[in-house]
Amino acid sequence: MALRTDTAPARPVHPTIAVLERHLTLYRRLWQASVFSSFVLPVLFLLSIGIGVGGYVGRVQGVDYLSWIVPGVLASTAFQISVGESTYAILGDFKWVRAYHAMRATPVGPADMVRGHLLYLMFRVTVAVVAFLVVVVFFGGLHSPWALVTPLVCGLLTVSVAAPVTAFAATIDHDSYFSLLFRFVVIPSTLFAGVFFPVEQLTAVLRPLAYASPLWHAVELCRAATLGRVPSWPVPVHIGYLLAWAVAGLFLAVRAFRRRLED
Amino acid sequence: MAGQPLIFARGLVKRFGEFTAVDGIDLEVAPGEAFGFLGPNGAGKSSTMRMIGCVSTPTAGELRILGMDAVRDGPKIRARLGVCPQLDNLDPDLTVRENLVTYARYFGLSRAESRRRADELLEFVQLGDRANGKVEPLSGGMKRRLTIARAMVNDPDLVLLDEPTTGLDPQARHLLWERLFRLKQRGTTLVLTTHYMDEAEQLCDRLVVMDGGRIVAEGSPRSLIETYSTAEVVELRFPGMPDAGAQHAAALEGVGKRVDPLPDRVLVYVDDGDAALAEIHRRGLVPSSVLVRRSTLEDVFLHLTGRTLVD
Repeated sequence: MALRTDTAPARPVHPTIAVLERHLTLYRRLWQASVFSSFVLPVLFLLSIGIGVGGYVGRVQGVDYLSWIVPGVLASTAFQISVGESTYAILGDFKWVRAYHAMRATPVGPADMVRGHLLYLMFRVTVAVVAFLVVVVFFGGLHSPWALVTPLVCGLLTVSVAAPVTAFAATIDHDSYFSLLFRFVVIPSTLFAGVFFPVEQLTAVLRPLAYASPLWHAVELCRAATLGRVPSWPVPVHIGYLLAWAVAGLFLAVRAFRRRLED
Repeated sequence: MAGQPLIFARGLVKRFGEFTAVDGIDLEVAPGEAFGFLGPNGAGKSSTMRMIGCVSTPTAGELRILGMDAVRDGPKIRARLGVCPQLDNLDPDLTVRENLVTYARYFGLSRAESRRRADELLEFVQLGDRANGKVEPLSGGMKRRLTIARAMVNDPDLVLLDEPTTGLDPQARHLLWERLFRLKQRGTTLVLTTHYMDEAEQLCDRLVVMDGGRIVAEGSPRSLIETYSTAEVVELRFPGMPDAGAQHAAALEGVGKRVDPLPDRVLVYVDDGDAALAEIHRRGLVPSSVLVRRSTLEDVFLHLTGRTLVD
């Protein structure tokens, strides 16, 4: 047999998009499982804490408590999806399913695998965030048209959080490390990143922990947007900080994928 | 481009730290050939396959696949390879058909073309009726066939099969061989590793025997048998074995070209089995059972790589 001499057809799909498609095809089969955690739970949070606790708390920083925690729950939903979908799913596709090994045998490269995964998460987060915003409108929780930019902030947060967690998941060999991640990173981040109360309430010793968390920066930006205010730090600083996590995370994730798939 | 080898390796080396998996091998595989790597576990077959598949970087040496450099042109080469790995890595949560379509998209095929290829290949590997079923309930043989179909999805110039039938029952193996033979007839270049001698004899035009990271023999199954074994083998069992084995082996010296005493029987490598039997009777030896058979690749393999168990 002679080698094929015809020229290759124009590539109709980029390998990154092909990876995204795989995730979407899987999601089409498994989406029911995510409805509760992605849509129902945030709304329950809003109702129980926003209205229930809010009844006792009254107003925070000049607005009703429900309106105050809307952006917090919004960003923390993005945060939860980003972390949750970048742990077992990544390790499993290396260790048990070996889907990344299957991709490795094709023109798909480590960078395509990472980008495809992150695009998929941005899709998941955007759907969840928009659905949440629609519900919130009926509770009068949005106070400014700037609320429209919150999906963008949540999209950036997704990369800032999912990329480093993906790098971590691609590096470890056993899923017991995830419980450390959840216990010492995810839960404290959610509790102390200005989701439920202003970080000014924290003692000065703990406050830097909030500042270090990408979640706090996204919460600040979302809160400024939904309440139509100026965030506590300059916008470029918040965005820059999130970008720094995103870029570093991407670099680490691609490197981790490359190392794991080499040899 | 006829005549240019699809695989060309010179002094190919793969080291993992201190351990040398592949220790300087030379290879050439021509278009249309079915080429096999034979060897015990740890001989370096899979490491070599992974370098050919451009997923593992050679430590040293030259490796050209489809006329391109294996290190520099990895993605371009992989676009034209079909790989059937040793461990199944199908997507268990996707359907049989979705597995193929998804994989076709990795190669940049259009959606319509991906679907067309998937259906065509499912027929080829006789899984058409399972197209919309899940992967998980498929038998081992069906999963392998699906993996082979997946390896064909980009119409590859070269198909790499790492131990394609390991762990399958005889029926599944024979069906798989038959499908691979059809591929070979269509002119697809096949490169496979195996430690089944019958598989190598069935499928390979040419093969190399690897041991300890080196190539210890090369040729067609027939020529390897001619070179490293004899036409026939006489298998003798004697009363009182294994204790009396050495003594019987000594008594058989000179009957054939080589005597191989095993714990349960003595093998005598001869050109003419009947003549050898006559000689054995003339010497007054009375075996409790006698079997005269043709030499196989297994005899070559055990002669070249030894009988010591490698784990």
